[in-house]
Amino acid sequence: MQLRVRAMETVLAEKGYIDPAALDLIIEAFETRIGPHNGARVVAKAWADPAFKQCLLDDASKAIAEFGLVSRVGDHLIAVENTPQRHNMIVCTLCSCYPWEVLGLPPVWYKSAPYRSRAVLDPRGVLADFGITLPAETEIRVWDSTAETRFMVVPMRPAGTEGWSEERLAELVTRDSMIGTGLPKRPDGGTS
Amino acid sequence: MNGVHDMGGIHGFGPVEPEPNEPVFHAAWEGRVLAMQRAMTYTGAWNIDMSRAAQEMLPAPVYLAASYYQRWALAMEQNLLGKGLVSADELAAGHALTPAKPVKRTLTAADVSPALTRGQYARPATAPARFRLGDRVRARNIHPPTHTRLPRYVRGHGGVVERIQGCHVFPDTVVTGAGENPQWLYTVVFDGRELWGEGSDPSVKVSVEAFEPYLEPA
Repeated sequence: MQLRVRAMETVLAEKGYIDPAALDLIIEAFETRIGPHNGARVVAKAWADPAFKQCLLDDASKAIAEFGLVSRVGDHLIAVENTPQRHNMIVCTLCSCYPWEVLGLPPVWYKSAPYRSRAVLDPRGVLADFGITLPAETEIRVWDSTAETRFMVVPMRPAGTEGWSEERLAELVTRDSMIGTGLPKRPDGGTS
Repeated sequence: MNGVHDMGGIHGFGPVEPEPNEPVFHAAWEGRVLAMQRAMTYTGAWNIDMSRAAQEMLPAPVYLAASYYQRWALAMEQNLLGKGLVSADELAAGHALTPAKPVKRTLTAADVSPALTRGQYARPATAPARFRLGDRVRARNIHPPTHTRLPRYVRGHGGVVERIQGCHVFPDTVVTGAGENPQWLYTVVFDGRELWGEGSDPSVKVSVEAFEPYLEPA
């Protein structure tokens, strides 16, 4: 594949369709600046600031743009909140749509057939693959990203974090907890 | 099209296998493919819907065997050939053999920010929304042979309009050349038992983002 991709890039560059130096910068951005640390800061701020949380749930694209966390967030980003009554999970059964601006590039498992096929049919079974068991009465809400709307989960704030700074709280927010296949870290360093 | 890409509800793919400490890319070429896709989309040669459609039209065994970035690369080759931007001889030779075809613009290293932000798909409404919040609707039992964003597992099933997302570019007509044809977009939520039957988990609810032509009153 490496040779085939190199051949394609050479042809495109020689024909002037692309600038390889621009490709380098795109790759660098995804390797360094665009990642789940951005989403973690959004969630931590939502945990610490109820007014921000409300703005985030009302219009995540606008709230995050005004917060100035990420260079620019695309339109139609939707934040959905986990509660004791409802646990949210994000999937894209048709391809692999994912909120890149706040979570970075999706992990391989998110793009895989096992996840795309089972998340809508057997979400509790998928959660079990991640070592997560939720109470039987908790509603499991799966959001299939079939259009250009994008979703992120706001997980529940772990107990025992009262008075924590946003920076400290952000360290508890895992990527998977914002997809809905995980829970935040516990304040003692363990997983919930 | 009823392709293998439409995976919701299929059995037999095995467990989900998270990878500890996963790298951003597993090989350098994956990053090149991602960046090339972004740069080519910027030229206006094709858009995200055409990119998805090209992946869906890969032969089913190829689609299933390919990794995510392999699929992207194969689909990009198909779009490059289909738009006449490169020839098969050029891809085989790894060098340009013919003059370039004009493109609208090229992404330069001076400003790659347009390639790092998702495009805008909302459009002004051309008609009032047919459905309201709380309306009971049914996903139509349709099987278009071309690109669509209505997954098979909801077709024929009843749900409730939970959110109205505005008017958006309609992928189904973009890929056939019939234009953006903006349509109202709704979040429609289905009970798990409506989709998966009486024996299924009663605590599950699943939503899809459904364009208005996908829906009828229930």
